[in-house]
Amino acid sequence: MKLEARSLEIGYGRTVVGRDIDLAVEPGRIFCLLGPNGCGKTTLFRTLLGLIPRLSGAVTLGGDAISSLSRAEMARRISYVPQAHAPPFPYEAIEIVMMGRTARLGRFAQPGVSDREAAYTEMERLGIADLAQRDYSRLSGGQRQLVLIARALAQRAPLIVMDEPTASLDFGNQSLVLGEIEKLARAASLDGQGVILSTHNPDHAFALGADVVLMHDGGIYRRGRPEEALTAESLSKVYGVPVLVERTPSGRHVCLPGAAR
Amino acid sequence: MSARTTGPQLTLGLVLGVLVLLLALGALTIGPFPLSPREALAALFGAGDAQAQLVVQGIRLPRVVAALLVGAALAAAGASYQTLFRNPLVSPDILGVSAGAGLGAVIGIFLSMPVVAIQLFAFAGGLGAVLLVTVVAAAVRNTDRVLALVLTGVVIGALAGAATSLLKVLADPYDQLPAITFWLLGSLASTTPEDIWPALPAVLLGLIPLLLLRWRINVLALGDDEARALGVEAGRIRFIVIAAATLITASVTAVAGVVGWVGLVIPHIARMLVGPSFARLLPVSAVVGAGYLLVVDTLARTIAEVEVPLGILTAVIGAPFFIWLLASGRRGWS
Repeated sequence: MKLEARSLEIGYGRTVVGRDIDLAVEPGRIFCLLGPNGCGKTTLFRTLLGLIPRLSGAVTLGGDAISSLSRAEMARRISYVPQAHAPPFPYEAIEIVMMGRTARLGRFAQPGVSDREAAYTEMERLGIADLAQRDYSRLSGGQRQLVLIARALAQRAPLIVMDEPTASLDFGNQSLVLGEIEKLARAASLDGQGVILSTHNPDHAFALGADVVLMHDGGIYRRGRPEEALTAESLSKVYGVPVLVERTPSGRHVCLPGAAR
Repeated sequence: MSARTTGPQLTLGLVLGVLVLLLALGALTIGPFPLSPREALAALFGAGDAQAQLVVQGIRLPRVVAALLVGAALAAAGASYQTLFRNPLVSPDILGVSAGAGLGAVIGIFLSMPVVAIQLFAFAGGLGAVLLVTVVAAAVRNTDRVLALVLTGVVIGALAGAATSLLKVLADPYDQLPAITFWLLGSLASTTPEDIWPALPAVLLGLIPLLLLRWRINVLALGDDEARALGVEAGRIRFIVIAAATLITASVTAVAGVVGWVGLVIPHIARMLVGPSFARLLPVSAVVGAGYLLVVDTLARTIAEVEVPLGILTAVIGAPFFIWLLASGRRGWS
């Protein structure tokens, strides 16, 4: 299953947000989308998920144009992890996860015992099985994010789109979520999921060893391995502030705002 | 709430069902011609005193059935709309169905039409108002679709309300105005079996899609984008729910007039009992709504010498309850 965008133009109505976007996402790999606020990351995601129409170009999923796929068929191929939010009603966490099974149910069907088990399995996998019966609307931001990831996993789609999965998480939860994302993609190499995520922290791209897509002014400015794409020069240009990229003695990369002293 | 498993849920459902049946039997015994439960049951099945049979079968039974039907229908429609619009403060008349039905009925009364015609006008007015709302909302671009629907509903409702007020001013104050006022506050005082028969299949017809699509409606509570990403055709399901809930509400409004508060308050009680999951919320709302309106209607016909309009009692009971919900924090929403 491969998600491909070719010379894609995205936007709302007549407002063009981005153009000339080429992208190919495959299972077993992580794509990390970086760029300043308003550069079109969320618009791109919504276009790739078929939630808004593309302005021009093509998006194919497993070789089929996404406009030719039903919502259920889309959902069986690609899942979506939105930013953690609270619905207005106090659903149990496992009920939220079970909603990931919807595309695998008949039109008039209800999730059954096997769907409940599948949901529980995914919660166990993320170490949040103890939250199953808790009120989702009263969980912490990090717990909610993990519940939403569990829901995407319960959807059993080969590709996952995550919109800033680490936003609004504390330091510990950020690395927890990043660790889970890495495990998803690397798990059993062939069965691994393809993950495309956006983040505001370039360090996360290094930590994940992700393929980087750096966006600027609605287009792709740089792409490639983090060491190649995320340089002091490219980050300074895209974010409009001086940025340093340094190597720690342990060999890891850190990105720091501000000029060299 | 760790006990939301099938066993206790089923027991709760059975208990509620039996309770409503007992309430119905109780309501058959109460009135200016008091009966014992045994006499009422005998009369119900065509045995015993002839006068008791007349009272039970001819007068009280249609009213009890109508109260159960109207209560269940309004609560079910309210639960559907609250889940659909992801808002606990929404009631079945959010898209103008009550205002439209009210206008239709008032036109009928104003033109001194027979009761059947007034009911038909009310039904058509309710459906027409919601149809107008959906058409206008669809024409509004560049806004969130749900927001457009709700705002258009408010506007169309206000317009219908203005037209209703105009007719009240023009109406004959001795004959038509009391009828209009009574109708706009809701009442089952003059309900006959002939009123119930056409409403019953319409309500069932509306309930069937809600029951069949219960899981998908549940997923819609997450919002359109997420529901679609989970494989739900959000726009289509929303249209079906609006059509079904409108059919239900318009049908019972045509019979009972505008009965407020039931569709707003009852889903909250149901949510406190079984949680927000729509597959449980819908049936429990319907059962609780049936029992609630039965109690209210029995009060309406017994607490005073004259009939008290239903809308007054549902508000008098519903408003303090809602304030208690707010104050106690025992809310089924966040």
